[in-house]
Amino acid sequence: MSKSSLKQTLKNLESKKISIRELNQDYLKRIKEKENLNVFIHFSEENVLKQIDNLEKDNSAKKLKGMPIAIKDLFCTKSMPTTAASKILENFNPTYESFVTQKLLDEGSIFVGKTNLDEFAMGSATNTSFFGNTINPLSQENEPLAPGGSSGGSAAAVAADLCLGATGTDTGGSIRQPASFCGVVGIKPTYGLCSRWGIAAFASSLDQAGIFSHNVEDASILLQSIAGFDQRDSTSAKVNIPNYFENLDDDLNGKTVGIPKEYSIDGTPMEISQIWEDAIKVLEKKGVKIKNISLPHTKYALPTYYIIAPAEASSNLARYDGVKYGFRSDEIDSLDEMYENTRAQGFGREVKRRILIGTYVLSAGYYDAYYLKAQKVRKLIADDFNKAFKECDFIVTPTAPSAAFPLNEKQNDPIKMYLNDVFTVPASLAGLPGISIPFGKDKNNLPLGIQILGKHFDEQQVFNAAVSLERSYE
Amino acid sequence: MNNLIKGEKHDWEMVIGLEIHAQVKSNSKLFSSSSTKFGSSPNSQVSLVDAAMPGMLPVINKYCVVQAVKTGVGLNAKINNYSVFDRKNYFYADLPQGYQISQYKYPIVGEGKVTIDFKDGTSKDIRIVRLHLEQDAGKSLHDQNPSKTYVDLNRSGVALMEIVSEPDIRTPDEAGMYISKIRSILMYLDTCDGNMQEGSLRADVNISVRKPGDEYGTRCEIKNLNSIKFIKQAINYEAKRQIEILESGGSIEQNTMLFNTSTGKTRPMRNKEEAHDYRYFPDPDLLPLEISKEEIGKIKSLIPELPDELKNKFIETYKLSNYDASVLTAEKQTSDYFNETINSDPELKNHAKIVVNWITSELFSLLNKNNQDLNNSLVSPENLGQLIKLISTNEISGKIAKDVLEDMFSSGKTARQIVDEKGLQQVTDQGEIAKVIDEVIAENPKMVEQYLAGKDKLLGFFVGQAMKLTKGKANPKMLNDILKSKLK
Repeated sequence: MSKSSLKQTLKNLESKKISIRELNQDYLKRIKEKENLNVFIHFSEENVLKQIDNLEKDNSAKKLKGMPIAIKDLFCTKSMPTTAASKILENFNPTYESFVTQKLLDEGSIFVGKTNLDEFAMGSATNTSFFGNTINPLSQENEPLAPGGSSGGSAAAVAADLCLGATGTDTGGSIRQPASFCGVVGIKPTYGLCSRWGIAAFASSLDQAGIFSHNVEDASILLQSIAGFDQRDSTSAKVNIPNYFENLDDDLNGKTVGIPKEYSIDGTPMEISQIWEDAIKVLEKKGVKIKNISLPHTKYALPTYYIIAPAEASSNLARYDGVKYGFRSDEIDSLDEMYENTRAQGFGREVKRRILIGTYVLSAGYYDAYYLKAQKVRKLIADDFNKAFKECDFIVTPTAPSAAFPLNEKQNDPIKMYLNDVFTVPASLAGLPGISIPFGKDKNNLPLGIQILGKHFDEQQVFNAAVSLERSYE
Repeated sequence: MNNLIKGEKHDWEMVIGLEIHAQVKSNSKLFSSSSTKFGSSPNSQVSLVDAAMPGMLPVINKYCVVQAVKTGVGLNAKINNYSVFDRKNYFYADLPQGYQISQYKYPIVGEGKVTIDFKDGTSKDIRIVRLHLEQDAGKSLHDQNPSKTYVDLNRSGVALMEIVSEPDIRTPDEAGMYISKIRSILMYLDTCDGNMQEGSLRADVNISVRKPGDEYGTRCEIKNLNSIKFIKQAINYEAKRQIEILESGGSIEQNTMLFNTSTGKTRPMRNKEEAHDYRYFPDPDLLPLEISKEEIGKIKSLIPELPDELKNKFIETYKLSNYDASVLTAEKQTSDYFNETINSDPELKNHAKIVVNWITSELFSLLNKNNQDLNNSLVSPENLGQLIKLISTNEISGKIAKDVLEDMFSSGKTARQIVDEKGLQQVTDQGEIAKVIDEVIAENPKMVEQYLAGKDKLLGFFVGQAMKLTKGKANPKMLNDILKSKLK
C-alpha cells in the first residue's frame, strides 16, 4: 500500500497533477470499500461532495485546501452530528464548530467523516463505542485486531488511507497508543496548545487535541494548523506557534536523549525492548548523547491517572441528563427516574464504570485519600520530568506495552486494558508533548511504536527527533 | 440589653448566622457573555455555556471579580490574592452542568466585619467569615403545565456573591439590621442592586438556641428568604419550634428548612438520607484566580465613601447622634439628599439636627404614605432647605411648615411660593398679637377667673384660641410671653 503524503498531495494539487475533486473521489472510493472496518460513525458522500463544490468556487489560497481529513467524533461540528460514540448523544447536532475543526475548515480542508472512538474517549481499543468496534486495517483476515483507543477510528482512517490526516484527542494515551497499533504517526501536543473549546470533555485537566498522519512532516503541518490561543478556553496557552514544518531539522548532533529506567517493565515483550534499543542505537549514531534518567514516580502514574481522570469525568458527564439535549429515556415518572433511566440506558458499561469510580474518589471521606493524594502524586510526576529535562532535550520510550491485540481479548478485564496506557499516561499527567512513530514490527509483522516526549511547548524538538528517527528507519 | 426569650422552663438565647446571596451587578454572567437583565422572556439569555452544551467551557468575567473585591473591601475584609473555583456536584433540572461552579476551600474574600447601630446609640460588630463567587442556577417552573416542569435558564450562570457571617447575631431585629447594612454597603458600592423582591438579594438563615452561657446548640438552616420581614418571621417561628422541642425533652435534628410565607411556618426540605454529598473539587476548566496587590490597590481606589465613613463624618461635622447618622447613611440616596439639603444654604449647617428630623420623620412619612421614593419626590433638597430656613428665621412656625411641606410634596412648588401665596408668614408684631390676646381674654371671663385662681393648665386654652384667630401664624413664643404678662 503506497500512500501519498499530505505534503506531496499539496504539491500535486499545486502543480495541477490532480484536482481537489479527483483527489477526494479517490478517497471516497476507498472509504466505501473499507466500510467493513467501521471507521466512521458518520460518513456522508453527499456532504463531502458539497464541500468539494464549495472549495471549487473558492479562489483564495488556503494551506490545506482540498485535503481530506477525518475528525474524531468528539469534536463538535456544525455540518455533521457529534455523538462521542455514545447513545446519549446519538442524534446530537451541534450548532457550533469546535476551535480545532474550525481552524481546519479555515485552512480549506475537507472533512470526510466523523471517526469512531471509545465512548466519551474512555477506552484503549475502540470497543466501548455505542456504534460498534472499529477494526484495525492491519488485521489478518481470520483475526480482527483492535486499532487501539480511544481515537481508534482516526488512527485506522489514516492507516487504511481513507484520509490524509485525522484529528484525535489524547487524555492518557488516546492518540499515541492507537497510532502505535495502526502503524501511523500520532502527536499529542503540550496541554494547552490546542483549545479544548468544542470538544466533548472527558477529563478536562488532561484532554488535549492532536493529529494522526502518515508521517512526521504531515503531522508538523497539521499540528501547526490546529494550534493556537483561544480566549474561550481558560487553559489555552498564549505561546508562539513556530512553523514546525519549516523548522524541521533531523540533525540531532549534540542533543541529549533521556532514557528512563522505570520504563523497563517486567513482562514487556522482547520485541518492544528490542525496538527501544534499536531507536537508542540509531540516535547514538546520529551523535545524540544517551543519558540514563530516572522518573521515580512512574509506577504511581497509572493509579493516579485512574483516579483523576474518572473524577473529572464523573462531573463532566453530569450534563448528559436528558433535560436539555440528547437521549432521554421514555420511562420517566419523576425527575429522579428521568436521570436514572436516561443515564442507565444512555451510557455504556465503561463510561458507567468510570463515573462510579470518579464519584467514589470524590466522595466525602474518600476525597483526601484518593483525589487529593492523586493530585499530589501528579505534581511529583511532573517534577520528575522537570528534573529530567534539565539533563536531556527529549525522552524516548516505547509507546505501548504490546502490538495491536485481538479485538475481544481484553474486553472483560478493565485492569488489563488500563495497562495499555502505562507508557503514555505519565506525560499526560505532566502535560508534556509526546509523539508516537512506527518503529519496527513484531513477529506477526504488526507495527510497534516509539514515543518521543519533549519539554512543555517544545513540540519542535519532538518533531525533530521524530523525523530523524523516521528517516533513519525508512 | 436583654436578648433572651422566655420558654416554659428557661430563658433561651438565639444564635443566628446568615448566608447572604447577592447578585453581582454586572451586564453579563459570571462565566459567559449572556445578558443578566431581569424579566426577559424565558430562555432568551442563554449562551451555549449557560446551557452546558458539550465541549463548552467557562471563562471568568473579570468585571465580576472586580465587583467581588470591591465588596470585600466594603466589608472590611481580607482580599485573597489566590482563590479557586470548585465544582459543587448535584443533579437538578435547572442546573444544566450538573454542577455549580463556586468557591469552596479558597474564597476570593476572607474575614471581615460590619457594624450595626441600635437606636439607643450602641452598636455591634457582626463578623464576616468569607465572601465567595458562584453561579446561580436556572429556574424550574412547576406551575405552567399540570404534568410538566419547564426550565428557564436565563438566570443560569448569573454571578452571585455569597456572604457568610459568623453566628454573631442574637435577635431577629439584629438579623434584619445586619442584612440592611449589607444591602446598604452593596448599594453604595454599586456591586448589587439590592432588589430583594426580584431576588437580587436573598438569605439563608442558620439558627440554633441555647441556654445563656451554654455551647452552641444544633442548628437548622432556613433557605432562600427574600425579605427582611420574612427573615424575622422565620427566625421567630424556628426559634420557638426548637425551644418547644428542647423543653419537652427532645433534641434538634440538623436540617434544612423551607419557610412558608403564607403560613409563617418552617418545614424540613429534605431528610438526612437525602443529604447531598456535593463532591467539591477544583474546576479543571478554570485556572486559580490570582489578583495582584497592585490590582487590589487599583480597585480600592475606585471605592466611594461607604456608609460607616460617611456616618462618622456626619457625627463629627454636624454633631449628629450615632443613630441619626446611621439612619441618614443607611441608603445612599438618603445621605446624598441630606448632603444636598444641608449644603443648599450655609445657615443650615447650624441646624443639622432639624434637617435630619425633617428628612427622616416628616419627609419619610409622606414618602411612605404615598409609596414614593426620595429619587422621584417633588420636594428637592434645595426646597426642603428653603423650608427649614423659613422655620429657623421664624418666618413660619414649625406647625405651619408641616402643612407647607405637604403642599410642596403634592404641588412641587417651593416653600417660599406657598408661604407667599397663602400668606403664611408668622405674625411677629407685638401690637397685633396683644390685640388678639385682649380679644380672647375679653371673650372668656370665666376661664380667666379660673386661671387666675390657680388653674395654670388653662394657658394652653388661651394659646389655642389666640392661634385660631391668627390662623396659626402667631409666633408661639411671643404669644406665650404676652399672654403670661397679660394674665398676671
